[in-house]
Amino acid sequence: MIRVLLPAHLKTLARVNGEVQVEVKANDAGQPTIVSVLDAIEARYPVLQGTIRDHVTQERRPFVRFFACEEDYSLEPPDTPLPTAVARGTEPFLIVGAMAGG
Amino acid sequence: MSGVRLLVGTRKGAFVLTSDGKRERWDISGPHFAGWEVYHMKGSPADPNRLYASQSTGWFGQLIQRSKDGGETWEPVGNKFVYDGVPGTHMWYDGTPHSWKFARVWHLEPSLTDPDTVYAGVEDAALFRTTDGGQNWEELPGLRTHDSGPSWQPGGGGMCLHTIVLDPKHPNRIFIAISAAGAFRSDDAGKTWKPINHGLKSEGIPNPSAEVGHCVHRIAMHKSRPGVLFMQKHWDVMRSDNAGDSWQEVSGNLPTDFGFPIDVHAHEPETIYVVPIKSDSEHFPPDGKLRVYRSKSGGNEWEPLTKGLPQRDCYVNVLRDAMAVDSLDSCGVYFGTTGGQVYGSSDAGDTWTPIVQNFPAVLSVEVQTLP
Repeated sequence: MIRVLLPAHLKTLARVNGEVQVEVKANDAGQPTIVSVLDAIEARYPVLQGTIRDHVTQERRPFVRFFACEEDYSLEPPDTPLPTAVARGTEPFLIVGAMAGG
Repeated sequence: MSGVRLLVGTRKGAFVLTSDGKRERWDISGPHFAGWEVYHMKGSPADPNRLYASQSTGWFGQLIQRSKDGGETWEPVGNKFVYDGVPGTHMWYDGTPHSWKFARVWHLEPSLTDPDTVYAGVEDAALFRTTDGGQNWEELPGLRTHDSGPSWQPGGGGMCLHTIVLDPKHPNRIFIAISAAGAFRSDDAGKTWKPINHGLKSEGIPNPSAEVGHCVHRIAMHKSRPGVLFMQKHWDVMRSDNAGDSWQEVSGNLPTDFGFPIDVHAHEPETIYVVPIKSDSEHFPPDGKLRVYRSKSGGNEWEPLTKGLPQRDCYVNVLRDAMAVDSLDSCGVYFGTTGGQVYGSSDAGDTWTPIVQNFPAVLSVEVQTLP
């Protein structure tokens, strides 16, 4: 199971508290990827479709960022494997609302 | 006793205000969707407890919320707004082609007869419709693909379809307005569209009387006379007596004919309201005095309504969807400001009372008259 931390507004939408855990489909090398985590989150919480990435282009929304193990994965290709610690569930995958605006 | 329900959309959430027919004491619920921009909320004329709200942020995009109990509870419904086919380009601020890209829903207009059917005006300008209570949205592409579409340009707030007016006597007739393309009319339920801007003059465009390119801010109609339309344009207050085929200016003695909202008295089709502000960039009331102007003659002759409104040091704006009227015997008029005040008048504008004074900036005000 992959642990995922959602930003506050999306936790409210998904009606969850704290971290969520999702079963993630691994790639051919047996690794979870950015896109597989997002697919799993949207499958489990359909209300989040379109809020993290665009419905059509599947591009990450500009003010949403992805962090894992203190690294910024926001600009990495969607099929980038996640760190072993995230795959093992010892570290969460963080979906973060950028600190911007007022 | 009958009552009213105000639906107030703000920069940081939605509020529902209710009162009895006296409209003296108000119960306030909210903020709903706290922290999100609520560009517009509106109730179904066919089922007053069915409400729809447009909720968005720059972070997480667009959501549509639906209530079946008058705003006590809400559920998110469909938020997938996808243009029909390859969307092509419109014109950008600098005159270059720019791809159509969905940004947000500005206005929701429920059907007059079916609670599950709602029209949505979006940025970049297009008209969408749901017939299943908001679960699925489909574009009516005849508008966006009008021959003039590639020449449409955004106004300062983006290229938004912000006004949708449904004709109660001609079910297939729809009026819409886009900043800054102008007004359009469909007589076949949205399949095809005709620009209806003859008579508008906009000095800020190369051809002041062009067929499209006008920054229409809002259009209002009285349901008893759907062929008569009133328009607040970027500059100029206009009226049409032939369903938009031609327009004439009725700014008359207004202190400035710039403004955003315009509305019509519930029982007097020739009584209209505007809130003049200074522009092009100041966007606050002249002389720091917040004045609603009323014409009882369908325009040209206007009187300031000031009783109960701040008459010094007031520098707020009233946005295009932030004025509404109820249909109680003594017509109520309401508007919200960018300073977070919502003012109400239970005597058609003669006197005003602040209903709330410290909301976030108000984006929209709608009112429902309840049995």
